[in-house]
Amino acid sequence: MLPTSLYRLNFFTDIGRYLLLMRRVFSKPQRWRIFYAQALDEMMGLGISSLAMVAIVSIFVGAVIAIQTSLNLMSAPSYMVGLATRDSLILEFCSTMIALILAGKVGSNIASQIGSMRITEQIDALELMGINSACYLILPKMLAMVILAPFITIFSIALGIFGGLIGLALTDYLTVEQYIEGIQRDFTPYYVTYSIVKSMVFALIFVSVSSFWGYSVRHSTLEVGRNSTRAVVTSCICILIFNLLLTELLL
Amino acid sequence: MIAAKNIHKAFNGKQVLEGISAVFEEGKTNLIIGQSGSGKTVLLKCLVGLHRADSGEVWFHGVEYTALSRRQRSGMRRQIGMLFQGGALFDFATVEGNVMFPLTMFSSLSKGEQRDRAHACLERVNLINARKLQISELSGGMQKRAAIARAISLRPKYLFCDEPNSGLDPKTAILIDALIKEITVENSITTIINTHDMNSVMEIGDKVIFLYSGKKWWEGTKNDILDAENVELNEFVFANSLAKKARGMM
Ligand SMILES: Nc1ncnc2c1ncn2[C@@H]1O[C@H](COP(=O)(O)OP(=O)(O)OP(=O)(O)O)[C@@H](O)[C@H]1O
Ligand SMILES: [Mg+2]
Repeated sequence: MLPTSLYRLNFFTDIGRYLLLMRRVFSKPQRWRIFYAQALDEMMGLGISSLAMVAIVSIFVGAVIAIQTSLNLMSAPSYMVGLATRDSLILEFCSTMIALILAGKVGSNIASQIGSMRITEQIDALELMGINSACYLILPKMLAMVILAPFITIFSIALGIFGGLIGLALTDYLTVEQYIEGIQRDFTPYYVTYSIVKSMVFALIFVSVSSFWGYSVRHSTLEVGRNSTRAVVTSCICILIFNLLLTELLL
Repeated sequence: MIAAKNIHKAFNGKQVLEGISAVFEEGKTNLIIGQSGSGKTVLLKCLVGLHRADSGEVWFHGVEYTALSRRQRSGMRRQIGMLFQGGALFDFATVEGNVMFPLTMFSSLSKGEQRDRAHACLERVNLINARKLQISELSGGMQKRAAIARAISLRPKYLFCDEPNSGLDPKTAILIDALIKEITVENSITTIINTHDMNSVMEIGDKVIFLYSGKKWWEGTKNDILDAENVELNEFVFANSLAKKARGMM
């Protein structure tokens, strides 16, 4: 184990290296046509393949939130349950929780993919051809996830609210009509905007942080495993910190 | 022509290269030989700029490559083809996709012309029938050959090969050597090859540099190598030819 003082030093050098990497990532792609094709591929590979998991999680969590809210708000007006479920899904769950889940799934995938390209010298081969490997490998993934994030969020909100309905239909705390009346009450469109902005920032964070850890692999396959764990942990911490900052800023 | 001047390189305080100076000539196959761990790969990577040498200069045709900025260097790199020791093929593409990759990135050829060029390269390494395969479906030797095809697809002026024929059967090894030699002469490429195969040395060693414990221990051609009076070189040459004889007797 490293002494803590050394670790703190590493923390700052890591941030420095991350920023340097990002400077290389945000540059002009060699060929735009190839870049767009790559981004489209990544949307399929990274995003669409996560939809099933997002759907399952959203439905179940929506159901649980609706049931718990109806238990907690026994004496409140009946429309409160639908309203509270809707708002907690929109404000917190569908952006932050889904981002944390995606950081685990997509982030570890990205880190191990880029890490193994590093140790099999594929990144060296790109560099040797005169290609900016950071931009070539990372920018399309970022673009893909940032574009997909709003859709994933809205998809998750819709399924979460639907899950709440199923949850209440299967139990008898509240009628479905009361729930439906609730989710239509006092709707604030700005909350959805806020949620979408958050989800896009989070996507940017977990793709770039995971890519950074993949890119930092140097020599051994052991490092690939270790760095993909680091990718997930660091992404999650960054997402939580930015969640706080954005909430202060936007709400 | 490529010139290395007094290259030093250490890893974590361990000196790997100690003052290597050499000239690699155009239109010739320049060989770097030495036993495993003698620093051949590190030297090659210092020459192409994948490792930054601690001190020393690398000149490509009168341009000081080591003094160029990253941007200037990446322009230069389009003239460099490199065959990595492990192949380094892109696993996101097929064999054909790998060979076409440099062409799609840098050439102004049409899609059809790119494919024709890729097929011509694959033909030369005898892989045309494997062009639709994924990299994971190739044998080690096939990967080597696919990597050669990729390295020559943009018609480089400089070609670096890290052990092009290790892990290949003797017949394919000879074919690969002959192929590299042919391409080198045909297009007057400056070719640098790392090897520890004495067969290759005797076949294509226009110029041979022997590395020993991080230093340039001997330099000459395939014609002087057998008469050289250098103890370490003789040990290296003899060990290999003994193995060669043993293989001949079996
Ligand atoms: N990235 C690195 N970090 C630390 N040490 C290294 C690194 N790369 C190479 N070395 C050391 O440098 C020395 C030379 O390695 P190199 O790979 O150049 O050998 P080689 O001559 O190519 O051997 P082989 O024929 O087995 O490929 C070895 O002792 C190795 O341990
Ligand atoms: Mg080597």
